[in-house]
Amino acid sequence: MKNAMMIDSKDNVCVAIEEIPKGSIAVYMREGKEISLPVLEDITIYHKLAARDIAKGEPVVKYGEHIGVASCDIKAGEHVHVHNVEGRREDLEAKE
Amino acid sequence: MTFYGYRRPDGRVGVRNHVLILPASVCASDTTRIVAQQVAGTVTFSNQQGCSQVASDQQLTMDVMAGYAANPNVYGTVVVSLGCENCQMDLVVKAIQERTNKPLKQVIIQEVGGTLKAVDIAVRYAKELAAEASMLQKEEFPMSELIIGTECGGSDPTSGLAANPVIGEMSDRIVADGGTSILSETTEFIGAEHILARRAATPEVHDRIFEIVHRYEAALRLVGEEVREGNPSPGNKAGGITTLEEKSLGCIHKGGHSPICAVYDYAKQVEAGQGLVIMDTPGNDPSSVAAMAAGGAQVVVFSSGRGSPTGNPIVPVIKITGNKLTFAKMEDNIDLDASPLIYGSKTLEELGGQLYEMVRKTACGKLTKAEALGFTEMAIARVCNYV
Repeated sequence: MKNAMMIDSKDNVCVAIEEIPKGSIAVYMREGKEISLPVLEDITIYHKLAARDIAKGEPVVKYGEHIGVASCDIKAGEHVHVHNVEGRREDLEAKE
Repeated sequence: MTFYGYRRPDGRVGVRNHVLILPASVCASDTTRIVAQQVAGTVTFSNQQGCSQVASDQQLTMDVMAGYAANPNVYGTVVVSLGCENCQMDLVVKAIQERTNKPLKQVIIQEVGGTLKAVDIAVRYAKELAAEASMLQKEEFPMSELIIGTECGGSDPTSGLAANPVIGEMSDRIVADGGTSILSETTEFIGAEHILARRAATPEVHDRIFEIVHRYEAALRLVGEEVREGNPSPGNKAGGITTLEEKSLGCIHKGGHSPICAVYDYAKQVEAGQGLVIMDTPGNDPSSVAAMAAGGAQVVVFSSGRGSPTGNPIVPVIKITGNKLTFAKMEDNIDLDASPLIYGSKTLEELGGQLYEMVRKTACGKLTKAEALGFTEMAIARVCNYV
């Protein structure tokens, strides 16, 4: 049963749509395929977990866009939130 | 599709028929409360401003006051001022008359001889206007007469996943009908402004979108503050929103997929039939909803992941959540559950259609939950603004 959601195939996080306990499997769809991901921490409903390893300094991507930068190395299956992500203001006008 | 509303002498169409008892300043606000309690069919609010303001700050207050009086949900207005405030009666009356020719009465507390005499006169005016308003018959109008404000407050990740996309679907349908939808909350464009700018109908609108975002951040820096110190809120974070950028990327879904045709400053009058427009408002809900009401929105649709009770004195506010737990806990406050979109039991088209019909019924007179519970809280933006 699906208990997580990836919004955009470029994302490196997915969203828990149920409570997902540590040690269980997150199941979500990516580009029409069902993906299973071992979960390393309790994930509160609607919080994020890393879909793959994210290195410190790497952008955290949700909705296919940057939502911040990893402030430490994050392993696939770990909770992604304020403790390991920092918001970073980008010059989006210049990037256009 | 059509709805039944009230035709106003200035040509606009209202969906409620309130008499507004308008306090010109904080010093008239208790007086207007007493007046509104005395006369059925009247509404008022607590104006925390109206005096001791610098010019650009006072302008925000004046635009909200004038916009409220001109909002087509208002039949007519009794302005009550103390007499010595910066928002002088003649200035308020002029600002209202620049926007509308609807019935308008004035009471100046210091001139008529104190609170009791002011209450006496204002109650008599209010009674007269309420009696006139009650004689008005509803007529059938096309949906293109509607200006819908969209808002999100107490957001969580479900706002971006479900509630805001459903609002966006409804917004696209209103735009397709020839109506107007307002996307608000400039602080919650931060990190997503490039996506909105790509949808600008003209190069001017494209540049204005970047301008209002940069202007907002610069204004806070002038007083040594950063927008992210107050946004996301503790509740946003507890719900699972990590950064302002993440909140913004969820927020902008309220605008659907239509091109963005205009950008309005805070509380300025929005022209009908413009399609999707942006208004430069704070993320703070009561002041953002107030700006859209002042701009002429007859109905506001408001998503809330955490569950917000916010209403407005003159505009019905429809609540929608994408969080199934919040809907279960706060069903008394929330009109529509959009969570089936996340779990695949309803489509975006189904839920968007359901919300569109809810907007139409609300326009026809059905009370929203916030109205039925009597919620009228509001705020007015300041130059050193909310985030």
